[in-house]
Amino acid sequence: MTTRMFGEPVLRREDPRLLTGQGRYLDDLGPRALAAAFVRSPHASARIRDIDVSGALDVEGLVAVYTWEDLPEQVGAPLPLLIPHPALTHGRTAYPLARDLVRHVGEPVVMVVARDRYLAEDACALIRVDYEVLKPVVGVEEAAHGGLLVHADVPGNAGAHLVQEVPSAAGLGAGEAIGRAPHELSFRLDIERSASMPLEGRGVYARWDADDRSLRVYSSTQTSTSVRMAIAARLGLPLPSVEVIAPDVGGGFGVKIVHPWPEEVLVPWAAILLGQEVKWTEDRREHFISAAHERGQVHFVRVGFDDEGRVLGLDVTILHDHGAYTPYGIIVPIITATQLLGPYRIGAYRVEFTSIYTNTVQVTPYRGAGRPQAVFCMERTMDHIAAHLGLDRTAVRAANLIQPDEFPYDQGLIFQDGRPLIYDSGDYPESLRMIKELIGWDGFPAVRAAAEAQGRRLGIGIGCYVEGTGVGPYEGGHVQVTSDGRVHVSTGLTSQGQGHETAFAQIAAAELGVPLERISVVTGDTRRFGYAVGTFASRAAVMSGNAIALACRKVRAKALRIAADALEADPGDLEISEGVVRVAGSPGASIPLATVATLANPLRYAFDEQAARATQFAATPAMDRPPVAEGEEPGLEGRDYYSPIRSTFASGMHAAIVETDPETAEIKILRYAVVHDCGKLINPMIVEGQIHGGVAQGVGGALYERMVYDSHGQLLNASFMDFLMPYATEIPHVETAHLETPSPLNPLGIKGAGEAGVIPVSAVIASAIEDAEGIVIDRMPISPSDLFHLRATR
Amino acid sequence: MHEITLTVNGVVRQARVPARRLLSDCLRHDLGLTGTHVGCEHGVCGCCTILLDGEPVRSCLTFAVTVDGREITTVEGLAGPDGALSPVQRAFAECHGLQCGFCTPGFLCTATALLRENPAPTEEEVLEGISGNLCRCTGYQNIVKSVHRAAELIAEEP
Repeated sequence: MTTRMFGEPVLRREDPRLLTGQGRYLDDLGPRALAAAFVRSPHASARIRDIDVSGALDVEGLVAVYTWEDLPEQVGAPLPLLIPHPALTHGRTAYPLARDLVRHVGEPVVMVVARDRYLAEDACALIRVDYEVLKPVVGVEEAAHGGLLVHADVPGNAGAHLVQEVPSAAGLGAGEAIGRAPHELSFRLDIERSASMPLEGRGVYARWDADDRSLRVYSSTQTSTSVRMAIAARLGLPLPSVEVIAPDVGGGFGVKIVHPWPEEVLVPWAAILLGQEVKWTEDRREHFISAAHERGQVHFVRVGFDDEGRVLGLDVTILHDHGAYTPYGIIVPIITATQLLGPYRIGAYRVEFTSIYTNTVQVTPYRGAGRPQAVFCMERTMDHIAAHLGLDRTAVRAANLIQPDEFPYDQGLIFQDGRPLIYDSGDYPESLRMIKELIGWDGFPAVRAAAEAQGRRLGIGIGCYVEGTGVGPYEGGHVQVTSDGRVHVSTGLTSQGQGHETAFAQIAAAELGVPLERISVVTGDTRRFGYAVGTFASRAAVMSGNAIALACRKVRAKALRIAADALEADPGDLEISEGVVRVAGSPGASIPLATVATLANPLRYAFDEQAARATQFAATPAMDRPPVAEGEEPGLEGRDYYSPIRSTFASGMHAAIVETDPETAEIKILRYAVVHDCGKLINPMIVEGQIHGGVAQGVGGALYERMVYDSHGQLLNASFMDFLMPYATEIPHVETAHLETPSPLNPLGIKGAGEAGVIPVSAVIASAIEDAEGIVIDRMPISPSDLFHLRATR
Repeated sequence: MHEITLTVNGVVRQARVPARRLLSDCLRHDLGLTGTHVGCEHGVCGCCTILLDGEPVRSCLTFAVTVDGREITTVEGLAGPDGALSPVQRAFAECHGLQCGFCTPGFLCTATALLRENPAPTEEEVLEGISGNLCRCTGYQNIVKSVHRAAELIAEEP
């Protein structure tokens, strides 16, 4: 039943190729391409005195060596600042190759091109860069003192400073509301650096066709359309002469939305200059030291509340460490600042952040993008209030929840998309009821007591969040039915494992009444669709899903018009199922979509049976009007865009039971429960998978993953040996329940789901460990060793 | 340069490689079998896992010249000669055991060897069996489910 495709756990159409080794990831392409490799700075802060490449020149297979001085003006110019903001008064970006200063370990200094990667690395090893080593700025608090500067022209290392304030209903500011509240608490909360860390790193492969002067670039990116525009601008090429394709991408999680990377400019430039294919595939160490990190933030919270735990005033001051450059602006701290309020109605709110330069890898969004920090702040605050008042932690949350009849709910803030932060829909009390039931909140004291009797120590924790998803400005969809009855769907945004080929085909199948097997979906290929924003911010299903649905509706309307003519019926009496247009209630009168597609094009050479057959239906041509009527186009195809007035807001609540070892302080998650509301589900199997994966990354961030910089700005754990990502043995079984509160903002009623799983995990685990141990947990991640030391200081 | 002969997925293949060529690079770039992926090149992630004489091995920690004359199975060789997916491959599709698919070839090879040795593994044995492979997308839950499902599918085979 094609009409029931939407909402079904349809198996993924991507899988057969990915399971048989037929996927095509970046490094699988271009087997004959030359290889690029980079000499990268070993110092966190240094001035380049001299670069001596002579040692490399004898390397067999060497093709070219480039330093900044070799780059033409537009290629060598600083990379663009993608998202300027009035508060980002001192935005700075890097040169594609370092000009005279390096500001973090890993910054590219020299590009080498050789016959293969081994030889390119041989050459890199023989290039001598003479550095005057400078004292680096490491640690956000040290940087904020401004004694040493990352950029000489940025005083206090402060790139940005932003304050947002929402007064209480009575018109009080946060400070005043807190001052007048019956209770007041203040505390500090820390989250350390982590990173997206997809298993496939970045990569770029460029082919220049000297005959027709066109460039084709493949990049492991989350936005092929914008990479294309960046390359065209930097290399001075006409946009139509550049095409960019995201092939199969081995995970993104945010880091691959940054563009253009230095390599995305340099590799195509070299390919044109050399007249040969050039490819660069990032290795793991390069990914650690030259891609991007996130999460590192310090928060100072002051809260005032009443005897029931209702928050009357909240004041949060944030120090955000954005590393050495700000190519992606200040999106991360803006999201923390604006998503911090979660599902709660807060009396008065003031949030202030300062975004600080340090001599470390730049910070750009990683799945969750500032929300894990925000939720850590708000949920730790709720737990502190509960502890202070001696109330149940869920009772304090319940006292603050926005009620179902209060939507749309305006938080009074400006969100990451520059639009008002207005929650569209949700049912938070029901979520809370569901999560308590799922984890067995009310029965937990008995569980804990039974464990205690065996000498075991258990704790339970909870975390709630609201996530703005599906941010604009737009995405588009194109749908074409060809005369063989196949349906070709394309959208500009890219895929990194989300199953878009399946979910978008489900939408098209439901909208058009065509069997799934006849539908194919292409994403991230500018040859097929040129306008797009990209895959980030849990936006792909909302944005492209709705755009494709709207494009399908155009195609459907056109198909019905043409079929109505052919069948001499009223379009309103027609329906489409199994790829055939029928007159409802009149089984004999029908015409396949394949034939409709043929009829849609007045040029009908009899290439195939459909074209021959179409002539039977073709009415006698009207000699007083042209073959393609005014306002019509040949072909059965449609294009449409979805551009929302503002974001949709998904929500969820997680809870966990942890066990801590009384002797070793080992931390084990015994149960993990998720209640999730992303509006209507397109494919519940895929949504569940997104939640599982998100929770696993959240567990990594809560218990294992941190980027450890020493005082010299060296990243001490830049390998999978030392940066501990969880294996199967570290991840708990995730129990899920879904609530479906449709979004009123879009035709499909959907909200995003990609980031949800990761968002509240640190808050939940901290809450549970605190409950087990009776020790305040105010910084994450927490290792057994950290917990052991915390016990000692109790 | 060294001449080596490998039997890869049942086919005798020859390559001329420098002594330092990693087996992963030899398979991918000399033999064009790009299904074997490289995630870390230091033996932690397991993406590059292949079967060497039936045993799972990290091809990024193996020099191609050291396996001259040996038999190798890569992800491209897991399906039947008619292209029919193996029980392990079918189970991963059925249970949504993959998302981006980059780590998948390593998991498939690991699980294939695991189930050959232990056709009915317990929950603990499955976790232990796949605990040398990293996945950043799935959270492992559906991978664990896939391995159990593969055991069922193998048991059902005639």
